Amino acid sequence: MSDAILKLEGVYTNIAQYHILQGVDLEVPRGAVTMLLGRNGVGKTTTLRTVIGHWRAHQGRILFDGEDITKMPTPAIARMGLGFVPEDMGIFADLTVEENMVLAAASGPINSARLDWIFAAFPPLKTFWKSDAGTLSGGQKQMLSIARAMVEERKLYLIDEPTKGLAPAIISTMARALKDLKDQGASVLLVEQNFAVAKALGDSANVMDDGRMIWSGEMQELATDAALQERLMGLSLEAH
Amino acid sequence: MTAAPEHAPKMAEVTFRDRIAPHMPVLLVPLIAIAGFIAIQNPSSWLTLTVSGLAMGMMIFIMASGLTLVFGLMDVINFGHGAFVSVGAFVGISVLMLLGHMTEAPSLMLNLGAILLAVIGAMLATGLMGWAFEKVIVEPVYGHHLKQILVTMGGLIVVEQLIIVLWGPEEIYILRPEALKGAITFAGAAIEKYRLVAVGVGLVVFLAMRWVLRRTKIGLIVRAGVENGEMVQALGYRLRLVFVGVFIAGSALAGLGGVMWGLYQEVITAHMGNHAMILIFIVVIIGGLGSVEGCFIGALLVGLLQNYIAFIEPKAALISNIALMVAILMWRPMGMIPVVKAK
Ligand SMILES: Nc1ncnc2c1ncn2[C@@H]1O[C@H](COP(=O)(O)OP(=O)(O)OP(=O)(O)O)[C@@H](O)[C@H]1O
Ligand SMILES: [Mg+2]
Repeated sequence: MSDAILKLEGVYTNIAQYHILQGVDLEVPRGAVTMLLGRNGVGKTTTLRTVIGHWRAHQGRILFDGEDITKMPTPAIARMGLGFVPEDMGIFADLTVEENMVLAAASGPINSARLDWIFAAFPPLKTFWKSDAGTLSGGQKQMLSIARAMVEERKLYLIDEPTKGLAPAIISTMARALKDLKDQGASVLLVEQNFAVAKALGDSANVMDDGRMIWSGEMQELATDAALQERLMGLSLEAH
Repeated sequence: MTAAPEHAPKMAEVTFRDRIAPHMPVLLVPLIAIAGFIAIQNPSSWLTLTVSGLAMGMMIFIMASGLTLVFGLMDVINFGHGAFVSVGAFVGISVLMLLGHMTEAPSLMLNLGAILLAVIGAMLATGLMGWAFEKVIVEPVYGHHLKQILVTMGGLIVVEQLIIVLWGPEEIYILRPEALKGAITFAGAAIEKYRLVAVGVGLVVFLAMRWVLRRTKIGLIVRAGVENGEMVQALGYRLRLVFVGVFIAGSALAGLGGVMWGLYQEVITAHMGNHAMILIFIVVIIGGLGSVEGCFIGALLVGLLQNYIAFIEPKAALISNIALMVAILMWRPMGMIPVVKAK
């Protein structure tokens, strides 16, 4: 399969003395939304952090757009066109919303058409454009975190639990924005525990357990097979 | 479906205290000045002491500003920062001595020109030295606080000895340039001209730093990096390069502070930087590690308090700064303007 934008081959990652990833294989096709699922603590966040280079794989290879990035410094990986929305959102609280966005547009001034699109998807960002990001609500911070990734066209978006801890109304705002991104043909690797969102957005799905990939296939297949969900994740996703 | 209980939030009264809290650190400076005025009771002495306290504060700020950013950005504790103060003073004063014809002439322009050249020389030397210091001494000990303390202290000792090798072990006495000698009289108070210059330079440095930090992209990167360096890198910026740049700039500023401090004391020694470090650390800690504004306010407080107390009760002057630090840390344990840290 040559048309993978991202490919992990047998990736092992240790955090301190713990063996967290134990041979992760993953393929993220271009122009589609790939879900990364699994119970809590199985290594989804660690997988994304290893791709961006916050953790280092001590074995295995990571290919991004055909290039080996396993040992590349984080800034260089990011500049190749990787948008990262971390699990903790990584907002700069002392900076204004505007300053957060200006920083995120690393290659130059913010494109105004893209900014209009972002404002349409996340109106509060326009309202609080000049406010300190630290004063935003949790949902607004999450919007800002996603908006920062979207402010430039990236080859791949890594998004870690964008709906975590949010109220239903805001979850649908997030889902709509991500759907927008998908419709533009973006490549996305998405960790998402909200099943409705996962089902609506995901093209393919990968399920992790205990630092390994235990299942890969069509999201549709997983979504319609409660027994499979039970076996892979210990519970039916419908229960969420 | 049961109806949600009536949600009738009561608008909380914003108390005077809540409203004033964010501005408290800035307000402390005039508060201390007013307290000084009441305690001293003699307006002209008070004015002299206030200008002198502000001048001292500005110089401490210039010396300390780099250190607070270095700590904020990379969590690096640099006990060797004082080395740049000493080297700056020695290089700057040496340049001034070479320019005797300019400093002895009774022309303000020539005098200021000589000082400018001395400052440029000192900042070039300490900036270059900062670059080497970062590479050789600091980089190998990223992430290890204890090693940082030991190694940077070692670096300081080496630099002090090098100064002694190059300039000899004696302290060097200096005369200020002609136009900066003496005092002017204002409202019955004698104010040393040099102190006014120090206040002016300090203000310019502070405003320039603020402008860079708030209005330029590199400033944004530095402020964001102080909060969450990992995310700054994930956005594509090479934090390590930014850090080296800040280290060099901070070293050059310490060098500038060294020249100014030397001209203020009219004597320089190899250990002057080490001695200044005590005040520098107090200022950085009470300001809030990583905060340039906090550092500025802290420096002014230390400068004013030291001068007032030395006048009112000379014996207490030594402990006044420690007392100030204790009081501020009891009030705000992370310093006056605490920096939000991601981790
Ligand atoms: N900094 C760390 N130090 C030590 N262990 C860690 C650290 N970060 C993660 N781990 C461990 O690594 C394992 C995988 O964590 P990870 O965050 O990747 O899981 P996850 O699949 O994202 O879970 P969740 O769904 O709860 O976000 C967990 O057992 C966690 O305790
Ligand atoms: Mg996670």
